[in-house]
Amino acid sequence: MGMTNDERRKLLKYMSNHARTSCEELALMLGLDEAAVEAEIASLEKDRVILGYNTVIAWDRTEDDPVTALIEVTVTPQRDLGFDRLARRLYSHPQVSSCYLMSGSYDLLLIIEDKSLKDVARFVSDHIAPAEAVLSTKTHFILKKYKVNGTDCSAQLADRREAVIL
Amino acid sequence: MTSKYNYDQLLSSEVKSLKPSAIRHFFDLANRMKGEIISLSIGEPDFVTPWLLREAGILAIEDGYTHYSPNRGFHDLLEELAQYLAERFEAPYRPEDELLLTVGGSEAIDLALRALINPGDEVVIPEPAYVAYEACTHLSGAQIRHLALSADDEFRLTAEKLRTVMNENTKVVLTGFPNNPTGATMSRHDWLQVAELLDDFPNCILISDELYAELSYGECHVSPASIERLRNRCIMIGGFSKAFAMTGWRLGYAAGPDPLISAMGKIHQYMIMSAPTLSQKVALAALRAPRNSNGEIELLVEMRDAYDARRRFILKRLSEIGLPCFEPRGAFYVFPSIAEFGLSSNQFCERLLEEKYLAVVPGSAFGPSGESYVRISYAASMAQIRTAMERLEDFVSTLRTASKS
Repeated sequence: MGMTNDERRKLLKYMSNHARTSCEELALMLGLDEAAVEAEIASLEKDRVILGYNTVIAWDRTEDDPVTALIEVTVTPQRDLGFDRLARRLYSHPQVSSCYLMSGSYDLLLIIEDKSLKDVARFVSDHIAPAEAVLSTKTHFILKKYKVNGTDCSAQLADRREAVIL
Repeated sequence: MTSKYNYDQLLSSEVKSLKPSAIRHFFDLANRMKGEIISLSIGEPDFVTPWLLREAGILAIEDGYTHYSPNRGFHDLLEELAQYLAERFEAPYRPEDELLLTVGGSEAIDLALRALINPGDEVVIPEPAYVAYEACTHLSGAQIRHLALSADDEFRLTAEKLRTVMNENTKVVLTGFPNNPTGATMSRHDWLQVAELLDDFPNCILISDELYAELSYGECHVSPASIERLRNRCIMIGGFSKAFAMTGWRLGYAAGPDPLISAMGKIHQYMIMSAPTLSQKVALAALRAPRNSNGEIELLVEMRDAYDARRRFILKRLSEIGLPCFEPRGAFYVFPSIAEFGLSSNQFCERLLEEKYLAVVPGSAFGPSGESYVRISYAASMAQIRTAMERLEDFVSTLRTASKS
């Protein structure tokens, strides 16, 4: 009862924006078989294609208001270590929410979330800058989030339509 | 304030005899409650015009496109449109003399009727139908022949039904498929039957409003213009409003044989000059937007897929609630029957609005054959649709409980 590539693409695309939809509803809305959807999702999770289900949260509208920073990191890749191992040494810290290997003027981009500016600064100076093979770091603080993972962060999304249109 | 002028006497009797909407009170009520209600009574996309197209509008302003365009529209857009109609709907038209860009599909409907109607002519309007058909026909001076379609036929126009209202004075059959308000669509077979019937009536033109053509689910829209025997007796009317979420840009078009389009173009030239210039620039960007591997315009497919998912959801919920509804395959409406409650569709909708803060449109707004139905639009977010269906379910069970006791 496998899915065609088109069906799988459709499923993943829909789930990427509506992660909370039940299998029953996914099947209904995409015109797929419910058991097939369930099996497909299980197999996508097992194959680590679906890695997780995150909620997009505007933390600044809660009583907590954590800061987010982007850290550009340049490293000297070392024999037998390579980028992957170096990256893991950095991204394994729980404060690192994302980590990417980059082309261009630096090597690794870390996204750090922490309670305050000071906490981020301390974390970088204690754990990132002194790490083996790290040559330099550059910290950028995010001032405002307009759009996160495809989601508009505006406090209100206006519906500018009239109440009744025939 | 009193006035020395008797305005009522001054007004044209044609305009005065235009019937006020059957659901005026419902309208007022819904507008007063706007902000507190969930509205599934809106006949336009909930999507804002895609950013790619809005950006094209901004660029056009920056580039100084603030003048009139040629009467029939910019030539590059007409060419692009001709290619699109041929590829997408197998409806080939010459850009130089068989296409006309208008202020929404509404202007095109009005032009077509004005260009065709002489005193004594009759216009057949299959109903339920979009409200402007009757009003435009009335203003054109033609006699209206109402034709009630039925849920038993899934609100399709059958040749058998059409035959009952045709005569030698029938100048126009005015159809809208995919249909507002029913969501009904016509198959190639359905149109072929109509074509065969119309063969007996050489003085009759088919005006085919296809504003919702791109919002067809499952099978591709069949335009009567793609049928050999209908093509030369048909004025196809389309637009950018529904397909591209461009309602406010007011851009539509008419396609048809040169003599008909030229006649319409004459009226258009004096009344309107030319369709909005900025909107034409945006429409050009829409037709040139990136295509997927099937050659379809991607941003349009994304919106259509979203409507389709909601359509399936809402149909399932209606069947759980127990409101009979055929499966509509077009537009963004479902049209369930509320006959079991013994209320007029107007009463049903007003109570639903007042008691559950949910607005859906009484079917009677679309002609007498819409009575005992309601139009529910799924041009709304999933969260709204979900809550709306819960409220509808509550309301229906209240009515059922009340009728039992």
